[in-house]
Amino acid sequence: MMSDATRIAENARRADIRNRWWLTAPALFILFVAAIGPLLVVLLYSFMLKGDFGDVKYGQFSLDGWFSVFFERDIFDDTVGIAEAHVSILWRSVKLSLITTLLTLFIGFPTAYYISIQEPRRRDLLVFMVTIPFWTNILIRTFAMQEVVRNEGVINTLLVWSGIVDRPIQIMYTDWAIFFGMVYVYLPLMVLPLYASMEKIDFRLVEAGYDLYAGRFQVLRRVIIPLVKPGIVAGSILVFIPSLGAYVTPRVLGGGKNLMLGNLIDLQFGQGKNWPLGSALSITLLVIVTVALLFYVRNASKSGGGHGH
Amino acid sequence: MASTANAIDARGVSKVFKGAGQDEVRALDNVSVTIRENEFFTLLGPSGCGKTTLLRLIAGFDFPTEGEILLHGENIALLPPYKRPVNTVFQNYALFPHMTVGQNIAFGLEMLGKPKDEIAARVSEMLKLVRMEELKDRRTSQISGGQQQRVALARALAPRPKVLLLDEPLSALDYKLRKDMQIELKRLQHDTGITFIFVTHDQEEALTMSDRIAVMSKGKILQVGSPHDIYVRPVDHFVANFIGETNFLKGKVISSKGGKATVELAPGGTLLADVPEAGLPKGEISLVVRPENATLVKPGKGDLSGTVETIVYFGTDTHVHLKLTDGTAFMVRQQNAAGSGVDVKTGDKAGIAIAAGTPRILMD
Amino acid sequence: MATERRKPFAIKAQPGFGLVAMLCFFMLYLPIAILVVYAFNAGENIALWEGFSLRWFQSAWANETVQEAAMRSLFLASVSATIATIVAGMAAIATTRTAPYRGLTFKYAMINQPLMVPEIVTAVSLLIVFSRFKVWTGYSGIGYLVLAHTAFCIPFAYLPIRARLENMDLTLERAAADLYATPWQAFKRVTLPLLVPGLVAGYMLAFVISLDDVVITEFVKSGGQETLPTYMLGQLRRAVSPEINAIATVFLALSVLLVTLFYFVNRKKN
Repeated sequence: MMSDATRIAENARRADIRNRWWLTAPALFILFVAAIGPLLVVLLYSFMLKGDFGDVKYGQFSLDGWFSVFFERDIFDDTVGIAEAHVSILWRSVKLSLITTLLTLFIGFPTAYYISIQEPRRRDLLVFMVTIPFWTNILIRTFAMQEVVRNEGVINTLLVWSGIVDRPIQIMYTDWAIFFGMVYVYLPLMVLPLYASMEKIDFRLVEAGYDLYAGRFQVLRRVIIPLVKPGIVAGSILVFIPSLGAYVTPRVLGGGKNLMLGNLIDLQFGQGKNWPLGSALSITLLVIVTVALLFYVRNASKSGGGHGH
Repeated sequence: MASTANAIDARGVSKVFKGAGQDEVRALDNVSVTIRENEFFTLLGPSGCGKTTLLRLIAGFDFPTEGEILLHGENIALLPPYKRPVNTVFQNYALFPHMTVGQNIAFGLEMLGKPKDEIAARVSEMLKLVRMEELKDRRTSQISGGQQQRVALARALAPRPKVLLLDEPLSALDYKLRKDMQIELKRLQHDTGITFIFVTHDQEEALTMSDRIAVMSKGKILQVGSPHDIYVRPVDHFVANFIGETNFLKGKVISSKGGKATVELAPGGTLLADVPEAGLPKGEISLVVRPENATLVKPGKGDLSGTVETIVYFGTDTHVHLKLTDGTAFMVRQQNAAGSGVDVKTGDKAGIAIAAGTPRILMD
Repeated sequence: MATERRKPFAIKAQPGFGLVAMLCFFMLYLPIAILVVYAFNAGENIALWEGFSLRWFQSAWANETVQEAAMRSLFLASVSATIATIVAGMAAIATTRTAPYRGLTFKYAMINQPLMVPEIVTAVSLLIVFSRFKVWTGYSGIGYLVLAHTAFCIPFAYLPIRARLENMDLTLERAAADLYATPWQAFKRVTLPLLVPGLVAGYMLAFVISLDDVVITEFVKSGGQETLPTYMLGQLRRAVSPEINAIATVFLALSVLLVTLFYFVNRKKN
């Protein structure tokens, strides 16, 4: 009898798991063909010799791609130097992404907090108002920002009209334009996770803080911020990662020279015709992103994992 | 009566759950129980005692690791739930939120492939039975908790199951509604003649509703009997403690004659108690005395003596907590009818008289 | 003693936060508002307001390239979202409400992978692989775009469906089985109807995500396969005509409509 029941249960379990694999198979297949698989190919390409007109020379392995991520060989005397162009773009990407993250945090934190303390109807409306830009095409939002920052745009029109400057100042095609654009585009990504964790604040803890003689700022620093730390981490990661890989915003607002990592990668597959280098840069970007994500996962599980994505 | 098979016969049923890693949890440990045709049978015990597991095994939501479960003599232990003529009233009712009251009740009949007109007739019959005719087309989210409870009952009864399983169905209701539903359930069981197996952790509910009760603890059935039996003749500490309020007295059997044993009590004095059917346990024994079977008398009189520690007033009666001479706690329940009881106050010495024939010897 | 009238102490308030929030909303909506307003500008100059007009909407509407790109975008979004919702729904059923089993973590990682990889990396990886495929097979149709869009839509379709499944009361299916429903009947009559809001939400998310995509489409598309976003990206590099404002405004309206719908579908389920 015992073996009977155990056997039936075990068979049922096995059949269940088998069915679950069949049910997942189509999704896994599509993801393998159009997501994971190509990523592995990129890894492979980064170790190949570059073709003369783009692509790679099959079967000819080489570390040139990886080498030229950081270094370059002088055309004349073959000396090895740092690839300043790449390093500066990498540095610019990281710097712009960090500043973007910080600024969205400084704007997003009070905003999310303000939303979370409203009465429910107004709160829902405000969340909805953050959600709309969130789901609006990034290209459209970048374009909207372009309307603001270009020479005939709102900022310059206002500046000239008020007499602060006598001719438009150039913002478009500078790092400032990229920076404005990224803050604008990624702000909702910061507000939403912050709000998600602030919504859960138990205000009795805040009351307890005041009861124990804390002032407003001390309550903010010692009670509220520690409580919403998972949201702060989530929001920062959610802004930092896409900023680092940003492509559309710097391409539209930054113009030719002010590249970011995403555009540098694009360049290698276009005019640069250096696919191995482009692949190596892609993998580099992927590694940085993964490290950031791991940091987030570790942090999220440390704080009890009670927070969503 | 002898010719009809029992409604449920559980024989040597064990259920082992695999926990994390090597851990195993024995939710049921070699349980055997017989549930008769047409009775209101209650599985009573604290949470984690295995009562819900036993119910789920009968319903078919889980399968026993060992043993068989017979329904009218046929082993159903390994049948899937949809092949068992057994229906369940779930703790949270589990009404389908996307269906109306009527559609919920019709669901089982539809699955059994009954003809449409028969289903319609049965649904109205059921709605009438639970007095909900006018709510047939309501969504289940639009009716109150008590009404949801009735729909759940009607839905489970509609396919005329051989056995109806009820998994703590009253626990979500407030006190007043719970009392009403207890009477309602009793009436339904009487009217339909279906065997009810009722799971609860509420001893009062079990005592008022059941024909028979099985008291469970740690995966085992400790005692099966009528409410009266279980209350008056508990077999061990657990049963005595779980049902009603109890005083325990330690002692030694000094003689036994004609089914009566004389027990020398640890706090002093002797008492006469019935010898249990299973015989006398060895060594030191425990006696159970229900608080209502003890009365306060003048100091020096009665079977025991002690000092009054606390007096708690309950309206219909008063609980007097005493400390016996050896430190044992003892509680006497006095009815507050006019002129009854002895007037005592905290710190007083008092005697305690115990009604003859009421002390029980426990098996552990 | 004279009682001093004071404002009651607001427990939740923090100084200045309201102001920053107002500023934030102003910042979020000002550029969009300008974009929309200038779509209705009569003049060609994008800085000067010359009166209300629908001429740019008319000219965009009459532009065959725009028409074609818009149709392609809608086609891509509906086909990709449909496939993504179906396969993600199956995957969600297979990955929820179970004791952990071997491969479950692998499945999660696979499904969520597109969310973690920067778009530009996915884009170049697809460029590499699909350009090879195009040479090998000679086929360079819209199938590649459908495949690419379906892949990155899967996690977006998966999330709401999975959330819906996880919040679903398991006892409902148990109740169905108890009432003589076979597993298939229980799925059809109980699980699936209860899953519908999740499926709708998943479909809508996938649809919006596909509709919005620029980067991956830009790298995967063959010649003559412009979608509305890639068309706009191309136009932005030239002198911008208010026609783009008009297209963006319509696009924006569509997004707002979808988000609003999504919002209500989601609210109803709670």
